[in-house]
Formats: sequence, C-alpha cells, structure tokens
Amino acid sequence: MLSVVQPTSSWYLILAAVLFGIGAFGVMVRRNPLVMFMCIELMLNAVNLTFVTLATALSDINGQVVVFFVMVVAAAEVVVGLGIIVAIMRRRNGITADDLSALKG
Amino acid sequence: MILAETMIAPEIPWSDLLPLLIMLGGACALLLFGTLVPNWPRIATPILTVATAIAAGVAACVQWNNLYYRKGYSIISDAVNVDRFAVLTTIIITVAVALGALLASAYNDAVNGDPLERYALLMTSAIGAIVMASANDLIVLFLGLEILSLSLYLMAASDRRREESQEAGLKYFVLGGFASAFLLYGIALVYGSTASTNISGIAKALNDRIVVGGSDAMLLVGIGLMLVGLGFKVSAAPFQIWTPDVYEGAPTSVTSYMASAGKVAAFAAMLRVFIVALGSRVDDWRPVIWVLAILSIFVGSTMAVVQNNVKRMLAYSSISHAGFILVGVEAAAHMKGNGLSASVAYLAIYTMLVMGSFGILIAVAGNGDTATTLDSFKGLAKRRPALALAFSTLLFAQAGVPFTSGFIAKFGVIKAAVEVNSYGIGIVAMVGAVIGAFLYLRIVVSMWMEEPTTEDTLEIPMVVNVVITLSVVFTLIVGFFPNTLLNAIDLVRFAPR
Repeated sequence: MLSVVQPTSSWYLILAAVLFGIGAFGVMVRRNPLVMFMCIELMLNAVNLTFVTLATALSDINGQVVVFFVMVVAAAEVVVGLGIIVAIMRRRNGITADDLSALKG
Repeated sequence: MILAETMIAPEIPWSDLLPLLIMLGGACALLLFGTLVPNWPRIATPILTVATAIAAGVAACVQWNNLYYRKGYSIISDAVNVDRFAVLTTIIITVAVALGALLASAYNDAVNGDPLERYALLMTSAIGAIVMASANDLIVLFLGLEILSLSLYLMAASDRRREESQEAGLKYFVLGGFASAFLLYGIALVYGSTASTNISGIAKALNDRIVVGGSDAMLLVGIGLMLVGLGFKVSAAPFQIWTPDVYEGAPTSVTSYMASAGKVAAFAAMLRVFIVALGSRVDDWRPVIWVLAILSIFVGSTMAVVQNNVKRMLAYSSISHAGFILVGVEAAAHMKGNGLSASVAYLAIYTMLVMGSFGILIAVAGNGDTATTLDSFKGLAKRRPALALAFSTLLFAQAGVPFTSGFIAKFGVIKAAVEVNSYGIGIVAMVGAVIGAFLYLRIVVSMWMEEPTTEDTLEIPMVVNVVITLSVVFTLIVGFFPNTLLNAIDLVRFAPR
C-alpha cells in the first residue's frame, strides 16, 4: 500500500527559508534595479509564508492577520520603488546598479 | 471559528494619539491646500510645517506633564504605549521636524524651487517615527518603520536634478528594503517561538519559560535577524555601508533629518524591543551589541579621517555616534543603572548637534550642494568668522570637549557603562573618542589656519542662521548647565508590564 506523505509545517518553514535565501542572494548578485526589487518582494513573501505556517501550527489568528499588513507594506514599497526607478531610467536609459557609482569612498 | 459578532473593536483614546494626529493633519492640510489654493505662497509651506511640528511638540509636552505621577500605560488593545520613553522620543522627533523644515526651506532657495512634497513627506515620516517609538507590538513597530523609511527613500531621491540624489534614493531603497525584510523575518521567527507579536506578550512568554539544556534555535535566529534589521536602520557597523553614500547624495536638509529623527526612531525601537521584549534573554544578545558598538566607533572614526568631503565626514561621524549610543544600549542591557536615560540623553543632544552642523554645511555649500569638499571650508574664518566659530563649537561638541553638550552625552554613556562594570567597552569608547577627535580637529584647522580658496562672500539665508544659533545655544547651555535636561531625561521609563 502506498503511504501518502503528509507535509508538516516544517516543510513549509524550510521552503520559506529557501525562498528567503534565494531572494537575499538575488539582491546581492543581480545588477538590474528591477530584478533586485523583485528579489526583495520575494523575501517579504517568504516571510508571509512563514507567518501563515506558524499561525496554523500555533492555531493563532494573529499570524494570519500580520500577512495582510505585510502585503499592504509590500504594495506601498512597489509604488515608492518603481517611482524612484522610473525617475532614474528617464534620465539614464538601461541603467544597472553598477552604473550608479558617483558616490563612493 | 471566529464570527464577526465575536470581534470587539478596541477603544481608541484619541487624545493619547494627539501628536501623531496633528502631524497627520498637517501633512494632509499641506497636500490639500498647497495644491488646490491658487497662488499658494511659497513661504507658507515651511511655516505650516514648523507650526504643525510645534503643535505636536506642545501636545507631547502636555502628555509628559500628565505622565509625571504615572508610569505609563498601553492603549488600543495593548498595541501602542503611552509612556515617558515614547513621549520624550516624540518631543525629540518634533524638534527634528521643525528644524528640518527650516533647513529644507533654505536648501530649496538654492536649488529647484520649492517641492511641497518634501515637507509633506517630512511630516509623514515623523508619524512613522512616533509610531516606532511608541509601538507595543512588533507589527505596529514594523508599520511605523516602513512609514518612516518609505518617506525617507523619497526624500533622499527628491532632488531630481542631481544624479547623486537619485543614486542615494535607489541605494537607500534597495538596502533599506533588504534590511526591513530581515527585521520582518526576525519578527516572524520570534512569533513562532513565543506565539505572540506583542512586546508585553513576548516578554511574558519568555519569562514564564523554563529553559532546560540548550536554547530555542528559532528564537535565537529571530533575535539575530532583528538585530541585523535594526542595526542597519541605526547604521551600526558592519551594516553601515549605505550610510556615507546616502548621506552624501541626499539633499543636505534631508540628510540632517535622516541623521537625527531616523536614528532616534530606530534607537527607540531597538531599546524597546530588546530591553522590554527580549529582556530575559539578555545574555544572548548583549555580546552582539558590544561588538556592534565597538566596530561602529572604530569604523566611523577611522574611515572619516581619510575622507575629503565634509558631508561624508559627518556621515562617518554619525556612524561613530551610533556606536556611542550602542554603548548606552549595552549598559541599559544590564537592567540596572542609567543606560536607558544616558542613551536617550545622547539622542537628544545629538539631534541638536547634527541639525546645526548640517545647517552650516548648507550655508557653506551654497547652490545645490556643490561645494561640500574640505577645500570649500578652507579659510572660512577669514570669510565668515562667526560661522567658523559656530562650526568649531559644534565640531568640538561632537568630539566631546568639556563645556559642550557633546561631552555630557559621551560622559553619560561611558559612566553608565562603567557603573554596570562594563569596563572594557568604556575604555574602548574613550579611545575611540580620541581617534574621532582627529577628524573634527582637521576641519577646524583648515577653517582657521588655511587661506580661503575663493573670495566670494557667503550669503547665509536667515532661516539657516536661526537653526545654527539655536543649535549652538543649546550646545553651550547644556554644556554648562546640564542638570535641567538630564534631570528631565532621568525620568524616562518604559510602561510597566
């Protein structure tokens, strides 16, 4: 008889940790501002997954409520981030993070 | 199952939120009237902003007075604190908003008209800062942090004619978002370990728990990630890489506000989270604060020496100031002594110092932040002796010379550290202060002992004069008569659990 493997909450926590790691790695190695920005969103959503999993494991509603707040914050971040990126792109087309090097030292 | 009928909306005591509501009202009124009223006078924008900040500050002072015989309480289902710590931080933030608005109006004279949004963002960021300082729930704290940070990202990028400003905005945004994600992940893991996001709830859960053999890995990782996130926001080394670039690129008026209110709010959040919520796990995180403090002091003071841009030097000096405040946090982490009030006193004094210093930078740099190098400060004493004298006073204060407020601040945190037997960090902080003094003396020497590179007379806007005068007067009065300020700050307490 086939035994069906039931995913436990630690599976989801590990998945979230991996997603968070991928996002953090992406911010550090990618050079396109838009992609770096998407990686930050990936990190925030990995945290959302952690919150939902923990809320289920602890049978506590607060962790699920938090996710809504985080989603609103992420949406606000999109507005601000895209605003800044568009303002830069309009001045200098096809820019990467390496081209922004006027400030250093 | 949860039904709608079982949900009881929390009671909201609006009068306790008055400083915050005044700021919100000011921001809305400015955006509404500033865009709708034809021929909105340019001068009205800073006046409205300063008036709002003063009104919020007065409201906070009234709260302070009401709390004189009480220790504080929490409102809105235990989500927000009204205690002396939160109220005093609010007062510091409103002062920073008022002075920041005055400096902003001078900066705009020099560059590109008068972006009204910069003032509105100043007020919205102050809302975030106040929420951070009074939050009693990690999620409320996170929301406050994001309100503050999102406004600051835009303010940093707000000078659209300067490429450096946009670069600063993008760098701040990417690294700030990165750090916020770390903080949030830390909050999630602490929630997983304690089943609460409420600061009192976490403290209670951790106090009741009996640890037998080893520690809770999830909690430890959570504490570590929160330290990374908050360490970034207070620009403590090794999370300081963004600070020099952002401080240099942002418009100077914004930098002054970022360096003062941004740091005050982040330190307020750090103090409350670590001392109140994680107070029973102090042995796990205090060594980390110890290392961060020493690294910040040394990275800040040594890297500042090799710079030739004064704005960048002040950025590095703000990193070393963060290190000194962390010395106070480390002392407060011993749960006895004066660490908490010493840190808050340092923040208050530092806010006034930084406003005056950047005000002088605006006066000297002139049109669009072009002349911020050390060369443009050469021979300032021959061009504007009073300005050079004022800047020297503020720089000596930052170095911690006696009879200035900076001495009182540095003395306070080191004394607090020594009182709880943290001799090591006290000695290291004193050595760091000596290294840091070299930087300030370098600027002073080039102002007084070298020949000016230009003969232009400096036109100093009146508002900048006001800010510089206030800052210097505060520095000297607190330097000579520190007791009034220190006695008030000694009353700072967290709301009882």
